[in-house]
Amino acid sequence: MTAPLLTIENLSIGFRGPDDQPVFIVREVNMSLAAGETLGLVGESGCGKSSLLLAMMGYYKPGLGRLSGSLSYDGEDPGLISSHQLQALRGGGMALIPQNAGQALTPTLRIKAQMIEVLRLHSDLAPSAWHPRCIELFERVKLPAPEQMLKRYPHELSGGQQQRVAIAMALAGEPNLLLLDEPTTGLDVTTQVEVLALLQEICRDLGTAMVYVSHDIQVIQKVCNQIAIMYAGEIVEMGSRATLLAAPVHPYTQGLLASIPRLHQQTLPRPIAGEMLQPVHRGSSVGCGYANRCLLATDQCQATSPAPRVVMDRWVKCHEVEAAVAGELIRPAQKLLAPALGENLLLAVEDLSVSYQRPSLVRALLGHKPLATVQGVTFGIRQGEILGLVGESGSGKSTILKTIAGLQRSLSGRITLSGTDDLAGPVESRARGCLRKVQLVFQNPDASLNPRKTIGEILRRPLELYFELAPTVMNDEVDALLHRVNLPESYKGRFPGQLSGGEKQRVAIARALAAKPELILCDEITSALDVSVQAAILKLLLDLRADSGVSLLFVSHDLAVVETLCDSVLVLEGGEVREAGLCAEVFKNPQHAYTQALMKAVPIADPRKRKDENDVVHIT
Amino acid sequence: MLRLIARRLIFAVVTLWVVSMVVFSAIELLPGDACQAFLGQMAQGKRLENCRTEHNLNAPAYVRYADWALGLSAGDLGKSIKRSKPLEDIIGPRFRNTVILGMTAALVGIPLAILLGALAALYRDRRPDLWISFIAIFCMTVPEFITGTLLISFFSVWLGWLPGIVIMRADAPLLDVLSKIVLPVMTLTLVMVAHIMRMVRTSMIDVLASDFVMMSQLKGVSRLRQVLMHALPNALLPTINLIALNIAWLMGGVLVVEVVFNYPGIGRLSVNAISDRDFPLVQAIALLMASLYVGLNLIADLLALLLNPKLRSRGVG
Repeated sequence: MTAPLLTIENLSIGFRGPDDQPVFIVREVNMSLAAGETLGLVGESGCGKSSLLLAMMGYYKPGLGRLSGSLSYDGEDPGLISSHQLQALRGGGMALIPQNAGQALTPTLRIKAQMIEVLRLHSDLAPSAWHPRCIELFERVKLPAPEQMLKRYPHELSGGQQQRVAIAMALAGEPNLLLLDEPTTGLDVTTQVEVLALLQEICRDLGTAMVYVSHDIQVIQKVCNQIAIMYAGEIVEMGSRATLLAAPVHPYTQGLLASIPRLHQQTLPRPIAGEMLQPVHRGSSVGCGYANRCLLATDQCQATSPAPRVVMDRWVKCHEVEAAVAGELIRPAQKLLAPALGENLLLAVEDLSVSYQRPSLVRALLGHKPLATVQGVTFGIRQGEILGLVGESGSGKSTILKTIAGLQRSLSGRITLSGTDDLAGPVESRARGCLRKVQLVFQNPDASLNPRKTIGEILRRPLELYFELAPTVMNDEVDALLHRVNLPESYKGRFPGQLSGGEKQRVAIARALAAKPELILCDEITSALDVSVQAAILKLLLDLRADSGVSLLFVSHDLAVVETLCDSVLVLEGGEVREAGLCAEVFKNPQHAYTQALMKAVPIADPRKRKDENDVVHIT
Repeated sequence: MLRLIARRLIFAVVTLWVVSMVVFSAIELLPGDACQAFLGQMAQGKRLENCRTEHNLNAPAYVRYADWALGLSAGDLGKSIKRSKPLEDIIGPRFRNTVILGMTAALVGIPLAILLGALAALYRDRRPDLWISFIAIFCMTVPEFITGTLLISFFSVWLGWLPGIVIMRADAPLLDVLSKIVLPVMTLTLVMVAHIMRMVRTSMIDVLASDFVMMSQLKGVSRLRQVLMHALPNALLPTINLIALNIAWLMGGVLVVEVVFNYPGIGRLSVNAISDRDFPLVQAIALLMASLYVGLNLIADLLALLLNPKLRSRGVG
C-alpha cells in the first residue's frame, strides 16, 4: 500500500467562545484518502462539512481556526507551510470546485483571463500554449463553442456552463486531489445529471482523488466509492458506498436514509424528530451530538462522546451500535391516499398567459407581442386537492403561483376561485374576503418573517386583518395555530431569529392557516430545509389537508417530493404545460418525453429493496 | 446598448428642458421684474422704461422664455443687467477657474480616496483602518471654512510657505492659477476624500467577503493580485455615481472655499449676481449648474454601464 494522499488526525475546527470555551464546528475528525480514491462527505446544513473541506486547503472562514489535530497532504501540513508553498498547493496540488460557480467567478473578468490566471500560476506552459490548453480543457469538460466561451463574461453563461468552467479551471493545474463543495446544488436536475456524468468520467480517466461534499446522499452515491456521514461536526459513520447504503448502522444514517422522499415509493418519508443543534448551542458539550434526536439514546449517550469503533467493515461512532444494528430502518407504511375529492373546482385557471415585459407603446404600435413567460396554461384544483407544479428553473412554475397570488399581472386568461371570485386582477384590487381565501407561503422563511416581530405578533396580524376577535379569543387562536403546526405555545414570545429553519417554516404555514384559507400557495417551501426536516413539513401539510380540507398548490423542482405529497401534477417546460394528470398515473407511466427526461434525471439511491416496505410501523 | 445610451441622452435633454422652465418661472414669479429688482428705489419713469426696452421685458413671458431658450441652444446666454457685457464673457473665465480648481482637487482626491478606502477595508477593524476612518470622519464633520482657515494659519501664517489668499485676475493664465491654488485644493481634497473613501471601504469589504475573492485565493492567486484584479474593479462599480456627484459638487464652484481664499470662481460670481440682483446672470448660472449635474451623472451612468459587464449585455438584450 502506498502512503495516503491526505491524512486527517483528530482535527477540530472552531473558535473560542466566551470564557475561552472552545466552540466546535468540526470535532475530532479522523480520515485518510489514498490517491485516486473518491470520498463523499454527507451531512445536513451546519454539520461542518464545508469547513472540513476548506481546512484541507489550509483555509478557514473568518473567525474560525484549527483547535487541535493535524492534517497532512503529501506529507505536508497545509497549515504549517509558507504562504508561497500554500499558493502553489492551492489550485496546483489540490483544486476546489465551488458550490455556486456563478458567484465564484469574478464578474468583471472574462473567462479567458480567469483560466489563464491558473495556467500561469500552476503550469509550466509557455504563454503561447495557454490558449490551446484552455480550448483543450473546455473540450474536456464538454463546453460547447470553447472559443466563444473564452471571450465571454461569467454572467453570459448558463449555470451549467459556469459549473463546467469551474471544473475546467480546477483541472487546469492538473491536481491530484479535487475538492468539490456541493457542485451541483444550484443546477436543474437534467443539468446535474450531465455534470455528475462528467465528474465520474474525470475520476475514471484521470485517476484524480476526490472529496465530494453534499447534503444529497443520492448525488454522492453516483460519484463516490467511500461515504462518510457527518453530524454536528463529527463523522458518525464511514464506509464503502455499497455496504453503507445497503445496511446503515448509525441511527442518524438510518434516519437520514429514511427521510429522503424517493420516486416510485408509495410511502411517506420518515422525519427525524427535532433539528440539529447549531454549533453555538452545541458548545463544548461532551455527549453524543445526535443524542437529543436519537430514539436509542441512553444516559451514557448524553454523558460521554462515543469512541469510534469498527463494526461490520466500517467505522461508526455510537454507543448503541448493537441496538442500532438490530433495529431496522423502517419507512412508515402509510400509503398515500388521495381523499375523496369533490367534482367542484375550487380554483380554475383558463388559458393563462403572463409576461414580465411591460407592453410598451412603441411595441404595441409595431404589433409586437410581449414575450410570454407563461403561455396558455389551463388547470384546476379541486376542494382538498394537492396539486404539484413541477419544472426546471425558467419553466414558469413560480410565475403562475405569483399570478394567482396577485403579485404579477397576467397578460390574458381567467383565474376564478370557487366559480365566483375573480383572481385575474392584482392583489390591490381584490376584496378582503377574497384575499383571505388565498394564502401564500414563501420559499425562504428567513426572508418572509419580520425579524423584529415576535411569533405571537406575526400570527396575530392576519387574525386582526380578517376577523374581529376579542383579545382573549385572539390569544386562544394563536395558541391553537401553534398547536396545529406542532410548535409549543411558549414560542409566542420568541423572535424568528431564535427559531431553526424548520420551525420558522412552520410559523409561516401557521400564518397562512390563520386566515382560514381555502387555497394555500406553496412556493418551494421545503427546498431551503434539510431532508430530515423536510419530511416533517410534508407530513404536516398532509395532516392539515386531512383536518381542514384546504387545497394546496405546491410548486417544486423536486419530483420525489411532489410524488410523495401531491394528488395530481402539472409538468411545465418553457411556460407551457407538457403533461398533467394524477400523480399515480403520471409518475408510473409518463407520456411526454420531457417528463420522462426529468424522471430519468433524478438520482435514485436504491440501496436495497425493502422487505418490510408495506406493513410494519416501528414505534420505539 | 446604443438604444440605452440614446434613451439616457433623451432623458438628459428633457431634464434640462424642465430645469430651464423651473428656473425661468421661479424668477418670473418674484414680485416685480428684473429691471425693478436691479434698479431698486430708482425704478421709475424713464429709467425703468429704458431698462425694460433694452432687456426686452415688455414682451409676454412665453415670448421671453422662447427667446431665452432659443438663445441658449445657440450658445447665447443673454445679457447681464449690471455689467453690460455678454454673459459668456463674464461667466467664461470664472467657470474656467472653478474647473481648474475642481479638476485638480478631483485628480488628487479621487485616487487618494480609493487607495485609502481599499487600505481601510484590507485592514478592517485594525489600526490602519481605525486611523483612516477616524481622520476621514473628522474631516467630513469639520466645515470647509474651518479646515481652510486652519490650513491658512498653519501653512501661511505659521510656516509662511504658501500664500493665504489668491490674488489674481479672473482671466489669469493657467500656470499662474495652478501655482496659487495649493491650499484651496488641499481643503477640498480633505472634505471630498472622506465621502468617497467611506464608500469605497464599505463596498470593498463586501467584495472581499464574496465567493469570487475567496475562490481566487483558493486558486493560489497572490494577495496583491486578488485585491487588484478580482476585488477592486468590482468594489469601484457602486462608487462611480458618488464620484460623479462629488465632481459635480466641485464644478459647481465650492462657494465657501472660494470665499475663504478669495478665489475668482463661479461660486463667488453667483453670490455677487444674487446680491446685485442681476437676474439674467443668476438664471444663466443656475442653468449651467443644472447642466453640469445632469451631464456628469449621465457620464457616470454610461461609465458604470461600460465598466460593468452585466449591465452592458443587459442593454444589448
